[in-house]
Amino acid sequence: MLTLSLILLPVVAATLLLLIKSPAVKTLALGAALVELALAAYAFATFKADAQMQFEFDYPWIASAGIRFSGGIDGISVLLVLLTGLLTPLIVLSAFGRDYDRPSTFYSLILYMQAALMGVFTARDAFLFYLFFEAALIPVYFLAAMWGGEKRIAVTFKFFIYTIFGSLFMLVALVYLYYQTGVPGKPGVHSSAIVDFYNLNLTPAAQGWVFWAFFVAFAIKMPVFPFHTWQPDTYVESPTPATMLLSGIMLKMGVYGLIRFLLPIVPVGLDTWGTLATTLSVIGIVYGSIIAIRQRDMKRLIAYSSFAHVGLMAAGVFSQTANGLQGALIQMLAHGINVVGLFFVAEIIFGRTNSRFLDQLGGITRTTPKLTVYFMILLLGSVALPLTNGFVGEFLLLNGVFAYNNWLGAVAGLTIILGAVYMLRMFQKSMFGPTSARTETFDDLSGAESWVLLPLAVMVFWIGIYPNSFLKVTEPAVMNLLQYVVK
Amino acid sequence: MQTDLLCSLIPLFPLIGFAINGLGFRKVPTSLVGAISSAAALASFAVTLMLFSGFSGQPIKATLFDWISVGSLHINFSFQIDQLSLLMLLIVTGVGSLIHIYSIGYMKHDEGFGKFMAFLNLFLFFMLLLVTGSNYVIMFIGWEGVGLCSYLLIGFWNKNVNYNNAARKAFVMNRIGDLGFLLGIFLLITTFGSVEYTDIFEQATRFAVGDKMILAITLLLFVGAMGKSAQIPLYTWLPDAMAGPTPVSALIHAATMVTAGIYMIVRSNVLYTLSPVTLEIIGFIAIATAILAASIGLLQNDIKKVLAYSTVSQLGYMFLGLSVAAYTSGMFHVITHAFFKALLFLGAGSVIHAMSDEQDIRKMGGLRKHLPVTFITFLLGTIAIAGIPPFAGFFSKDEILAHVFLHNKALWALGLVGSAMTSFYMFRLLFLTFFGEFRGTQEQHHHLHESPATMTLPLIVLAVLSVIGGLLNLPGGGWLTHFMEPLFAGSAQVNPEAFGHEIDHGTEYMLMGISTAVAIGSAIAAYVVYISRNAVPAPESAERSGIAKLVYNKYFVDELYEVAIVRPIRALGDLLYNAGEFIIDGIVNAVAWLVRAASAQLRLLQSGSIGFYVFAMVFSIAVIVIVRFFVRF
Repeated sequence: MLTLSLILLPVVAATLLLLIKSPAVKTLALGAALVELALAAYAFATFKADAQMQFEFDYPWIASAGIRFSGGIDGISVLLVLLTGLLTPLIVLSAFGRDYDRPSTFYSLILYMQAALMGVFTARDAFLFYLFFEAALIPVYFLAAMWGGEKRIAVTFKFFIYTIFGSLFMLVALVYLYYQTGVPGKPGVHSSAIVDFYNLNLTPAAQGWVFWAFFVAFAIKMPVFPFHTWQPDTYVESPTPATMLLSGIMLKMGVYGLIRFLLPIVPVGLDTWGTLATTLSVIGIVYGSIIAIRQRDMKRLIAYSSFAHVGLMAAGVFSQTANGLQGALIQMLAHGINVVGLFFVAEIIFGRTNSRFLDQLGGITRTTPKLTVYFMILLLGSVALPLTNGFVGEFLLLNGVFAYNNWLGAVAGLTIILGAVYMLRMFQKSMFGPTSARTETFDDLSGAESWVLLPLAVMVFWIGIYPNSFLKVTEPAVMNLLQYVVK
Repeated sequence: MQTDLLCSLIPLFPLIGFAINGLGFRKVPTSLVGAISSAAALASFAVTLMLFSGFSGQPIKATLFDWISVGSLHINFSFQIDQLSLLMLLIVTGVGSLIHIYSIGYMKHDEGFGKFMAFLNLFLFFMLLLVTGSNYVIMFIGWEGVGLCSYLLIGFWNKNVNYNNAARKAFVMNRIGDLGFLLGIFLLITTFGSVEYTDIFEQATRFAVGDKMILAITLLLFVGAMGKSAQIPLYTWLPDAMAGPTPVSALIHAATMVTAGIYMIVRSNVLYTLSPVTLEIIGFIAIATAILAASIGLLQNDIKKVLAYSTVSQLGYMFLGLSVAAYTSGMFHVITHAFFKALLFLGAGSVIHAMSDEQDIRKMGGLRKHLPVTFITFLLGTIAIAGIPPFAGFFSKDEILAHVFLHNKALWALGLVGSAMTSFYMFRLLFLTFFGEFRGTQEQHHHLHESPATMTLPLIVLAVLSVIGGLLNLPGGGWLTHFMEPLFAGSAQVNPEAFGHEIDHGTEYMLMGISTAVAIGSAIAAYVVYISRNAVPAPESAERSGIAKLVYNKYFVDELYEVAIVRPIRALGDLLYNAGEFIIDGIVNAVAWLVRAASAQLRLLQSGSIGFYVFAMVFSIAVIVIVRFFVRF
């Protein structure tokens, strides 16, 4: 029931919000998101650290075809449920600083989005997963297309088509897998439960193409090099709350999919093509970082840094090691926190100066001790300084990739150098140095802004200082998953 | 009291100090800020003394909690107190406390005073983690943490773009080293399945000398050391780091942080002893760094820059000692260097303070009358670093050179050349600053004053230590040698040949005589040039030719890096962003266009003619049947 409530509560709340036409709509949206957070936190706190599915629900859906409406939370999904629960209220609160037209539509779309994301992370049926995977695209598409920047129509159209196109490959793979399931002696009986896909005896050739079908779908979503060209434009053109949803949570659907589907279903395919997939991911790390160094638009810079970071997560999954997988799971949580925080800082700066261009900023720290400290904390998390959240993830991920292939690990490691270059550059050009005309009078954080950043900062240190409160929760499920890996 | 608790208290005090001054910035009264942060440093010093006095010779291990654990890999948050960490603790908390006290006088009037003291405390916290951690990952926390504090403090006056650039350069260059360190840790995990010192060193004794894996590990760890301890090619950040306030230069960029690389190698001595090739490489880099930096120091005119290059050079000497497996001598020089270089930097700070922020020695002169305490202490520091007996630097440097002499005469000769340069640039600095006539402005002259007691007291303490520090390890097996001996049991077991070369007394006295003669000779040469002939270095604008131009411009190494690394990366970034993204996106759009074009053609088939549909259906069925007939699937 708990899992089902996690999906239904935002749907109900969002639908009710659509009916309300008062300015209180944002407060109500925040309230709903906070209740959802309480549920997600409860799920995390009472989650038993074993490899089992918990808080399950299971109803017939298309009963004749063996397709069920079923979901639950296991060690792979629990951190993502927590992440979605935690970030949504912060994203809602972060939007308070700006007046969006048609607020009830705006905030209800965010909540619909949350419901779809919860669905993706908890679905136990492959077609249900697919349904939510596609459904998640719709609210964020409208958020971007209705409240985005000047080039929003062309950019969001491309984003929409590109990702739909990718998921079609996955659909083909899912249908194929579905027809491979069956009960001996009962022809025509199939199952679409994801776990039933895990024990199929696929031929190496089938493993190969199913691997690529999944890979393309998830690689576009994350994105992995060279499927990323929709991403920077979309992140820049979208209104910041939508950018936060996309980068903070939605891209994790791709990493999650890799772990949930690729690793256990097509281990032979992964064994065959893993080096190529890892190489693409590692190229993305360096490619994205080097481009980030030269960006002047803060949002675009953070977009490229996110692209680089996600490449490392993908590489960690492809390494098929405990370190790589545990690193990917904890890094999804960490990256969600850092990137949402950084986009919020960019939004705050844009809100006050009407510019996101580094050459037009500078000296902001003079009047903003609070903003400086929070910005610095998020930056340190992002550059993976030890005792912050980014370090735990990157340490495990790099260790995993290094164990998989020393050279790829060493090249992936360049992220710690290049990350420092572009992040410190962004910090220096915006916060330090002489003030510009735009930053002359810059107010420090308001109360609401502080309340967005404070929980993020707490999480940066919590994950960094005591990561075992998360690693221990996911470990049994990861170890279980590793049984499928080709030795 | 429980030793576990004591161990954790050492880094905890500065962390608390940081929290109070950091969170209470602009709320805690200025008078309290200095007291709180200094008290935090002194409290750690006191605990260190307690541990030191109660130390039985057996390492103490205190585990706080399991920090990161995945599968069979457990990384504990734990401390290890042994001979090496105690020595480092004494330096860090002892010299650290003095510099905290000094900073009260030096920084009191700065508007960011609270922030400054908070950062100093934070630095101590990370530095203490670095030297007390019981495994490589805890060392890495400290390692990166001190790098962060270094960044924050170099760019402390953050309105100045040049200072910010210097800070960023330091952080990024250190990160290059850190990547090496990190990869070294990964290899340690692969090889030993652990990151704990005790596990690794115990297992390492079963490896053969020259093992390939150990070679790779030691080289990667040394890359980390090159970054943090400013060795070629990663040294150029340290001179730029002088942008930070002078107490920072003394604490971080002279006495403590930059010696972390030496600490790391001494800590890992078993691994390094197992890999003679690595040691040879270190020796080569060390002597090159020592001489290159010393030669640049000869022509610098900024009082802090001279000392910075001197630091780079002295770090080279420490590594030189390590490279011949003279680990104790390397540590001995770390200790004496902490005394005299902290003293010299603080003395320089006192001069800069008196000179209203002037750092150019061409505009100083004759300061000994106005700053008597600073002058005398600076003089003692200069004698100590120059290697004139019986001051501290003489003993430690001589010990290194004696070991090098046994190992390789050419290296020793080069070491002696560097020694001559050291003595020359230091006395040049001393003479130009404190002797002759005052060359600054009338206004500066008017303001000249000796610094307050909070500043001169640390100078006096450090001066005394610089004079008598040599007593720690007198030739022929002093206290330090015996104290540190247990640390090298593993090394002596795996490669006995690398140790135990006794130097006979005749040779030893001869070497001492030569070093002393060289040092005094250089000092006299400096006297002749800058006192007798009253020479003052040429102004910035003067034409320099040939070698002088090369050296004055620091061999154009920064410019070389700019052209060979920085600009290509920037250009690559622009290229990828403009061309790479365009091409990839172009392919994506081309695919989309193809799909659209193809579907436009296919659409024509949907003509609405029933006859055509029936024909298509029959044709398709026929094709399928025929194909099925030939191909069974």
